[in-house]
Amino acid sequence: MLSVNGNFPEYAVPGAKQVRFEPYADNGGSIVAIAGDDYAVIGADTRLSTGFSIYTREQKKLFKLSEKTVLGATGCWCDTLTLTRLLSARMQMYEHEHNKSMSTPAVAQMLSTMLYYKRFFPYYVSNVLAGLDADGKGCVYSYDPIGHCERSNYRAGGSAGAQLQPLLDNQIGLKNMQNVTEAPLPREKALALLKDVFISAAERDIYTGDCIYILIITASGIQEEKFELRKD
Amino acid sequence: MASILVPEVPAPGFSFENCQRNAFLAQKGFPAPKATKTGTTIVGIIYADGVILGADTRATENTVVSDKNCQKIHYLAGNMYCCGAGTAADTEMTTQTVASQLELQRLHTGRTVPVETAATLLKRMLFRYQGYIGAALVLGGVDRTGPHIYCIYPHGSVDKLPYATMGSGSLAAMAVFESGWKPNMSEEEGKKLVRDAIAAGIFNDLGSGSNVDLCVIRNTGPAQYLRTYEEANVKGKKQGSYRYALGTTAVLKQRVIPLEVTSVNISSPQPMEVEPTHSRR
Repeated sequence: MLSVNGNFPEYAVPGAKQVRFEPYADNGGSIVAIAGDDYAVIGADTRLSTGFSIYTREQKKLFKLSEKTVLGATGCWCDTLTLTRLLSARMQMYEHEHNKSMSTPAVAQMLSTMLYYKRFFPYYVSNVLAGLDADGKGCVYSYDPIGHCERSNYRAGGSAGAQLQPLLDNQIGLKNMQNVTEAPLPREKALALLKDVFISAAERDIYTGDCIYILIITASGIQEEKFELRKD
Repeated sequence: MASILVPEVPAPGFSFENCQRNAFLAQKGFPAPKATKTGTTIVGIIYADGVILGADTRATENTVVSDKNCQKIHYLAGNMYCCGAGTAADTEMTTQTVASQLELQRLHTGRTVPVETAATLLKRMLFRYQGYIGAALVLGGVDRTGPHIYCIYPHGSVDKLPYATMGSGSLAAMAVFESGWKPNMSEEEGKKLVRDAIAAGIFNDLGSGSNVDLCVIRNTGPAQYLRTYEEANVKGKKQGSYRYALGTTAVLKQRVIPLEVTSVNISSPQPMEVEPTHSRR
């Protein structure tokens, strides 16, 4: 067990060191999206951070892609910027080619394809897409960084996603409960629930806080709202 | 051979006998377990008649807040307290160990123990463990030579300063001290400055948060521990109600164990009459 000319025991000799290129950053942030019968709400916190420090307390992480489609993206912020820029460009090309704007399910499919295109050097982004589908019904699509896509009615993503999803499963999906009846979720209740889960996320996740920026998507257009969170 | 006449003298210097074993275990896929480290802001200053210590109250495990209101200002003796940052268990246990040694010293000498004694005990203990005890401390207290603030690093180095900061929020807090500290501040000024320094850590450092704790130790009189001096962050108010109706939780299995209750009459015993005898063992 001796090395370096047999003079030193193995544990005393520094091993070979590999220097690596680290192309990703984790800038934190959380997203929650809820779809109803004729609306979709999506909210994301406005804190952009790295390590133990905050870059800004007012970074909007929601992107209005069209009149009825909004994308929420967190993770590596530079990848988010590149991805959304490319996405808007592709949507514009679609409009010129087909003389109509893209439907939400079409954007959802295209996003999946664009993510998988970079399968071996992915965009390090947690995406949640919310909007109205071709029938005017609310829809939510969620993704992993390499393009797996799933349609659902509610979804939490980002740094506190794993902490928030079980709460949504219980309150909207009515999971793990007996003697409950399913009823359509009113818009006001969805909005209140969205704010409440973010209050909880800000309590326990250091990357979630400062403020939530909420977009409410209905047939008559997109409404904006802001809600203050704790700032520590 | 060791005997009472010829005792076996232990070899001087450090013992590294476990290094090879530990390297072997790590190589076989059994690395040493990781301990909980806490991001923190802790500070201490000297003012006109004593010292003021301050700390935030957030404890984290990675990116999750594990304790929203923990105590980071530890008792050492009546005339000194110690703020701890770093590995939570290490700061707790080192301060407890040293507090016990200081109390024994006080009883032995019958005097108030000087702050330097505590600094020396702490640095010796930390140096002996070569940085493996991950405790970064701000020690503050008063004795017959006046007020003192010490900064003690995990490897055992010590700074004696008029104002000190430690932890992940130390830069934010030090910025406040560098611009605001001056000699002979009044108690009100001092408390305000320490509050501002901790608040800077709470809001600008993600590892620090929740409330401000203070501890004022005056040259005259006992220390004043101000737990939750300021609630810097209040929890948001929930809009919905999250109470569950009766019968929402599923009952998976039910078993009734009948308890048979029998009543027994107990009469109070009468003392036995005993002849006086020799007590026997």
